[in-house]
Amino acid sequence: MHPAPSVIVFSTISGLGFGLMLFMGLGLPNVSGWVAASFATLALGLAVIGLLASTFHLANPKNAIYAFSQWKTSWLSREGILAVLTLGVFFIYAALWAFMDNRIPALGYVAALMAMGTVFTTSMIYTQIKAVPRWNMASTPLLFLLYASAGGALLSNQMTPALMLLGLVAAVQALAWMQGDTALERSGSSMETATGLGNIGKVRLVEKPHSGENYLLHEMVYVVGRKHAAKLRVLALLLGAILPAALILLTNVNHVVVVVILLSHLIGLFAQRWLFFAQAEHVVGLYYGAR
Amino acid sequence: MTQLPTSTEKKLGLVIDLDTCVGCHACVISCKGWNTTAYGAPLSDMDAYGGDPSGTFLNRVHTFEAKQEGCASQTVHFPKSCLHCEDAPCVPVCPTGASYKREEDGIVLVNEDKCMGCGLCAWACPYGARELDQMAGVMKKCTLCVDRIYNDNLPEEDRIPSCVRTCPAGARHFGDFADPESNVSKLVAERGGMDLMPEQGTKPVNKYLPPRPKADVNGTQAPALEAQSEEITGFLGWLDRTLEKI
Repeated sequence: MHPAPSVIVFSTISGLGFGLMLFMGLGLPNVSGWVAASFATLALGLAVIGLLASTFHLANPKNAIYAFSQWKTSWLSREGILAVLTLGVFFIYAALWAFMDNRIPALGYVAALMAMGTVFTTSMIYTQIKAVPRWNMASTPLLFLLYASAGGALLSNQMTPALMLLGLVAAVQALAWMQGDTALERSGSSMETATGLGNIGKVRLVEKPHSGENYLLHEMVYVVGRKHAAKLRVLALLLGAILPAALILLTNVNHVVVVVILLSHLIGLFAQRWLFFAQAEHVVGLYYGAR
Repeated sequence: MTQLPTSTEKKLGLVIDLDTCVGCHACVISCKGWNTTAYGAPLSDMDAYGGDPSGTFLNRVHTFEAKQEGCASQTVHFPKSCLHCEDAPCVPVCPTGASYKREEDGIVLVNEDKCMGCGLCAWACPYGARELDQMAGVMKKCTLCVDRIYNDNLPEEDRIPSCVRTCPAGARHFGDFADPESNVSKLVAERGGMDLMPEQGTKPVNKYLPPRPKADVNGTQAPALEAQSEEITGFLGWLDRTLEKI
């Protein structure tokens, strides 16, 4: 799949924002006044920037308002609705906390739950797609939730939960990559089932239907993005989870170290999300003799 | 609405005969010709006369080769367009309600006045049947020529999809799969019509007729020609060897 920058920024940055909302919903960090206001602004800002980035992916954004209408069947519609509601509930909760010095824990729990719900709906946009076997796995929502909450723990300076979450991120991510590498084979789809010619013999493409590129190849069979996959995997694990965890364990975590941890995690996260798209094989590739 | 109908009155669709198709691409051209002037936004081309041309098509013809070990290969031309699936995965994913499947005849359509061009339906389709028009920014797909098949202004013989009307080989057939007596239902029963990627669970309405078994794929091939010598003889050979040495 095409790793469009708008979608990478959307899913990573909004995930971080909603992750921070999770911890703030639980009353962490234990601050008040303008410090609480700055944390809340960061959470809302990240979520809004992410959501705005997603609109750059639309070819016809003037109809975007209709996206809130199909919640009965569409995960993308559900995500849009839940995201907006979460922003509203969290805004009220954070405003009461920061400006009235009246943090309502019950409202916080609701906001935390809704924030994780939003990340879950985001992940389901990808997980639901059976035509991309690498996404169509239980580990996809789990990873989105883990990345968001690990990032939220780092942003809210909760280093003990962050350490545990980073460990889980690394472990689940490694397993998901291993499982994902055989997902297309296990899906049962092949050039033989795609063409129905399997009982004649092994199928190969003789001629593409068109001499140049087209939307399908650019969007769904974007194989050039996989060029540095092995290196990027190492980078994603190292910078996303291992280095931040090591810094938490081995250093006296001061403000400078926190910035280094956050930057490292962010770069690792971008690498991970690039691979999430670039390495995802769409079965339509089979009609082009590609995977 | 993006909820799929539990059943449709008719199941209109195509039968594509892989035995008969000659791969002439006439259906591709006639589809583009009709649909660029008909339903919704035109099918745009980008850089049409430049070095990197691309464009929106609702129907494309691939060419495959199937070969068993020790047998002659078979070349199969393979037209591919929307299969108007009963369990169309492209419809429920649509966030705006632009994609829908009609209850009366099962045709899957896009309402371009609601499409925001997110491309999620194209991701959901295993067959690559949907293409986002790069100029209009809306999703385009086969309409089964909904503006021909019910069009009283056209002579009766033209009230079939443009690709079917055009096919010079008679490899494309249009009809109602819900009626067991229809031409398409009979063809499927007679010739063992098949689904593409049945494991994807989409229940395609369009069916493909497999190539008929060939009598002579096992061993009766013409003997292979003897390999030509690459060595050049005579004066040119001498010249070649001499120049090689210099």
